[in-house]
Amino acid sequence: MKHILEFEKPIYHLREKINELRKISMESNINLQEEIKTLEKRLARLEKDIYSNLTPWNRVQIARHQERPTTLDYIHLLIDDFVEFHGDRYYGDDGAIVAGVGFYHNNPVTVIGHQRGKNTKENIARNFGMPHPEGYRKAIRHMKLSEKFRRPIITFIDTKGAEPGKEAEERGQSEAIAYNLKEMSGLKVPIISIVIGEGGSGGALALGIGDHIHMLENATYSVISPEGAASILWKDASLAEKAAESMRITAQDLKELGIIDEIIPEPLGGAHRNVEEQAKNIDQVLVKSLLHFANFTPEQLLEQRWEKYKNIGKYLEL
Amino acid sequence: MLKKIFSRDRQKGMSEEWQTNDNVPAGLMTKCERCNEIYYRKEMEKNLFVCPNCDYHHHMRAWKRINSLFDEGSFEEWDANLETTNPLNFPDYLEKVKKDQEKTKLKEAVVTGKGTIEGYETAFAVMDSRFRMGSMGSVVGEKIARAIERARELNIPFIIFTASGGARMQEGVLSLMQMAKTSMAIKRFSDEGGFMISIMTHPTTGGVTASFASLGDYNFAEPGALIGFAGRRVIEQTTREKLPKDFQTAEFLLKHGQLDRIVHRHDIKPLLVNLLKMHQRTFTSEQTPFFSLEGGEQD
Ligand SMILES: [Zn+2]
Repeated sequence: MKHILEFEKPIYHLREKINELRKISMESNINLQEEIKTLEKRLARLEKDIYSNLTPWNRVQIARHQERPTTLDYIHLLIDDFVEFHGDRYYGDDGAIVAGVGFYHNNPVTVIGHQRGKNTKENIARNFGMPHPEGYRKAIRHMKLSEKFRRPIITFIDTKGAEPGKEAEERGQSEAIAYNLKEMSGLKVPIISIVIGEGGSGGALALGIGDHIHMLENATYSVISPEGAASILWKDASLAEKAAESMRITAQDLKELGIIDEIIPEPLGGAHRNVEEQAKNIDQVLVKSLLHFANFTPEQLLEQRWEKYKNIGKYLEL
Repeated sequence: MLKKIFSRDRQKGMSEEWQTNDNVPAGLMTKCERCNEIYYRKEMEKNLFVCPNCDYHHHMRAWKRINSLFDEGSFEEWDANLETTNPLNFPDYLEKVKKDQEKTKLKEAVVTGKGTIEGYETAFAVMDSRFRMGSMGSVVGEKIARAIERARELNIPFIIFTASGGARMQEGVLSLMQMAKTSMAIKRFSDEGGFMISIMTHPTTGGVTASFASLGDYNFAEPGALIGFAGRRVIEQTTREKLPKDFQTAEFLLKHGQLDRIVHRHDIKPLLVNLLKMHQRTFTSEQTPFFSLEGGEQD
């Protein structure tokens, strides 16, 4: 419990108090059972109260939580015999995207996802989960192999955004993202995308042209990070919290906007509180999605994909 | 000029000890090329010629490789009757080929065929760098192209272990065109859903790297293998640039995105079995559902 978010502090303070009472009761042989019980009840109420009234900004914080499970955590829990592949065959091995094949309930699948680190060293190796063009090129190469071998594709989305930088621009960041959007649109195998943390902008979408898109309860998905939005809209990144409230970035929002298919519940307090439980929740929804598309013909797949995406957007036609 | 080409080929090919390696007199003992530790030959062989002390991957003869991977008695060799000729009437060429035949007991620098690996049927080509530095002439190109074509007809995967100094100079442009022929065979194979794995072993260079070695659905390499297009010395001489120590090693290539994985020799067979199991289905097998729970749960 190293990383306590600001809004969770009352919970932790209360929990500490309970632990203290337990200690006192043990050490000095005083019976404090009554007091402890009362406090425990209050703790349960408090937890429920706080976690069921999360603001969008609270969710942003949970989605960015340092201990939040990553793509590789879910791969370990859900996929058997996973083999990871590294290069893009052009320039480099991008640690910010993991791609490979494995068995999911005994079916061969391709799994691709953004990969953050959980500490500074990992984050440097993974570039904080922000891919360079080579990451996207690795991803699309494996998606095309997935099509060749008739394997469904599962993508895990978890990035603040694609790497913004000189080298990324030099190597064609926009082209890499754009190419993925175009090519994913035509893949003749089912694609299921799950936003597990942050879904930031084109860098997220470049793995996200799913036939079904799901989001974890506390995940966010938007055109830009709240900080970025705040600095563009109001020239002040410190207004990120305000931006988070107005941009409609939560799973609930995206469901209402008709973009995602299902909201995958998280354990109380967030996915990091119980990774196994989270994986089970993902598993349920994922199996359902894959079974849904199991017998689609390539034509049907492409047709429904186009149907899904062409209907996104709000406008008035006079 | 020709002399220059030859010496260049040797540079980008392999060092002298490489050619003599694995040829150590059939004594009881053998010495690691890198750390000089001495081992019983049997022990080294049991360890697939990987030094138990420093993990150096020594040269592995084509037949040793085949026997280490394929189910006993499952291997069937293809096109063992193809003979090298001397199309450009190159002085001493056939004598050199003959000498290598005697030395290696191979007819050419590649052995092709099919067999099963833990029951999974697959076509196969294994190059042997002891034979004319594993260079590619008409016979090597033809055998590889035929193996791929048969894999296509039989609808089975194709796995190749490469080891080559590049094109065979004595066959001139005929050698160059083997790059086109083998690549074209791969295109035909791949477009019909064929599954190909390339495993680059030390050394894989020149026209072989610039054709079939790089065209697997997955490209792997053994640790420390030298892999490249132009030779280090050629590059250093033309660019006057000092190249990094790990230049053109498998590790260097992995960092630069050219490989999907580096695979320790001990891990090659399990990886192949896993991948063969995973690639039984192609887009031509449209009747199979994309996903089903009927295969039963593993746990
Ligand atoms: Zn050694």
